[in-house]
Amino acid sequence: MPHIIIHQEKAADPQQLIGLCPFGAIETVDGRLSITSGCRMCRNCIKRGNGVFELVEEPVAMVDKSAWNGIAVIAEVEEGAIHPVTFELLGKARELASKIGYKVYALLIGTGVTPLAGRLAEYGAETIHVYDQEAFRYFRIEPYTAAAEDFIRKVRPGSVLVGGTPAGRSLAPRLAARFRTGLTADCTSLDISASTDLDQIRPAYGGNIMAHINTPRHRPQFATVRYKIFSIPPRNDAPAAEIVHAKLPEEKLRSGIEILHTETKERMRGIEDAEVIVAAGRGIKKPEDLAMLQELADLLDGRLASTRALVEAGWTDARCQIGLSGRTVKPKLIITCGVSGAIQFVAGMNGSEKIIAINSDPDAPIFNIAHIGIRGDLYKIVPDLITRIKQSRTED
Amino acid sequence: MRITVCIKQVPGTSQVEIDPKTGVLKRDGVESKMNPFDLYALETALRLKQQYGGEITVISMGPPQAQAVIREAFMMGADRGFLLSDRKFGGADVLATSYTISQGIRAAGPYDVIICGKQTTDGDTAQVGAELAESLGIPHVTNVCRIHDADAVSLTVTQDLPLHRLTAKITLPCLITVEKNIFEPRLPSYKLMCATAEREIRVLTLADLPDQDAMHYGLNGSPTQVKRIFPPEKSTRQEKWDGPEEESADRLFRFLSDRKFLQKLG
Repeated sequence: MPHIIIHQEKAADPQQLIGLCPFGAIETVDGRLSITSGCRMCRNCIKRGNGVFELVEEPVAMVDKSAWNGIAVIAEVEEGAIHPVTFELLGKARELASKIGYKVYALLIGTGVTPLAGRLAEYGAETIHVYDQEAFRYFRIEPYTAAAEDFIRKVRPGSVLVGGTPAGRSLAPRLAARFRTGLTADCTSLDISASTDLDQIRPAYGGNIMAHINTPRHRPQFATVRYKIFSIPPRNDAPAAEIVHAKLPEEKLRSGIEILHTETKERMRGIEDAEVIVAAGRGIKKPEDLAMLQELADLLDGRLASTRALVEAGWTDARCQIGLSGRTVKPKLIITCGVSGAIQFVAGMNGSEKIIAINSDPDAPIFNIAHIGIRGDLYKIVPDLITRIKQSRTED
Repeated sequence: MRITVCIKQVPGTSQVEIDPKTGVLKRDGVESKMNPFDLYALETALRLKQQYGGEITVISMGPPQAQAVIREAFMMGADRGFLLSDRKFGGADVLATSYTISQGIRAAGPYDVIICGKQTTDGDTAQVGAELAESLGIPHVTNVCRIHDADAVSLTVTQDLPLHRLTAKITLPCLITVEKNIFEPRLPSYKLMCATAEREIRVLTLADLPDQDAMHYGLNGSPTQVKRIFPPEKSTRQEKWDGPEEESADRLFRFLSDRKFLQKLG
């Protein structure tokens, strides 16, 4: 096991050395440097400590990696359909698998889910294990963990990718603890090396730091990835896949959790909850032209909103007004069309993750806050964009 | 009802930066505080105690200074405090952390409910709670937004999921992780601060735990290794597109496509 030893005699400037540790785990006790339990083994002190810190590695027990092959994706079912994060993971699994000659497996657990297995094949799964039993009607942790454990013991995958959904973020840690192996949560990048180790990158400290993480001595390697981090791969219409039906015995299906009641949440339709917003401003010449922006919003699965001027003109509803006297929005993406960007408007939307502004006036204040400022005629750009999106969808 | 709450001391701010030249974290004036999500877990425990009686134990893991968050929990109304602190616990990843806490909980005595916050603000993994439940062999329910009822053998809660709310009855002992805003956390009380100033915080070292095999703790017991840390790419720079409209429309299409705003299922 690697550990760090300190050469006290070489420590010329203890304060500078203490400052090397990003986790504050180096301190001085009675004038001697020591490493506290805060150490994360980032090895920064070894790299930059001018020989004061030394890494000592002893040979350790290592799992036989050749006995764990392939990449498995645990599918998630939501409202009777495969959650799209599963397709994204299958695409990534396929990409990683082809680098080192691995197979892609999928695990499908649920009640009445057998017909969905073919969908997993269309997106790259070569072997699909299906556990279709009544006990899996709701996500309850013990039966789901038991099914996944059964699958992993049979298939012995080198890596297991799980969607970063509430269910996935409940199941993956449970499995990682059961197999006493590593789990890296919310990866934003995944790669695989010839040693079959996953190179996992994830944000920490609220995204202010990125960490590159490996699981070098254990198998399987678990990673969760949130929805919309990876891309959905192209669909294969005529996949060849093997489907394996499995059943768990009654005693493995027991749970200490009984679902008493389920309630479907109301679909949030307010602009505050929209992930994508198309905002119309005074650059819109007549009310009929809003249909074009509505169409763009629909294509982006988003909502149409507007400035106060359009509400006052009676062109749009007050409920979709952004600004100080309207709603505050914080979508992942907002495309403002013909919005000048008065401070009252900006105050209601400048927390948006990505702001794209289309305006023909190069001096419009909206360009001061836009991440992408597009100078041009929205009456040319928007219809062009709509055509491009529609084209791409018929191509699929 | 015997309730155990897991709490953690975290940096006072997540606005930490890495010096791009030296790769060293800038830590000027970074103070520590209780992980904000743990306040909701503690408040949930206090409400359960108010209604059903019992005792609240808080447990934390960290360097000796992490006793400060246990003191803070006392000021809010917690009854007992344990701190897992040992050099041998250092460098722990999710597995080793949850295993160490599970051992600490076993050492602290019997429990009915374990409550964890949604996640921490430093590690951000939101995975320790579920791994802890596995190490203890008890059922767990995440994303709890409401407590309905409790009796000698079960706890009834509502789970807040993206499309549904699920009401579930969980057999005790169990573990739940609670959502932010399940209850408004109370402020620490001056009266309790005075009353608990002398209260003992039990420090648990490896020698106090049922499993004393050092290979199961800290870096030794951690399957994952941090290979390196680095600052994220800054994506806040502004771009100006002044080209002809057709070109801008095409660039915008490619941007939306790359960023997965056009994803529709085939």
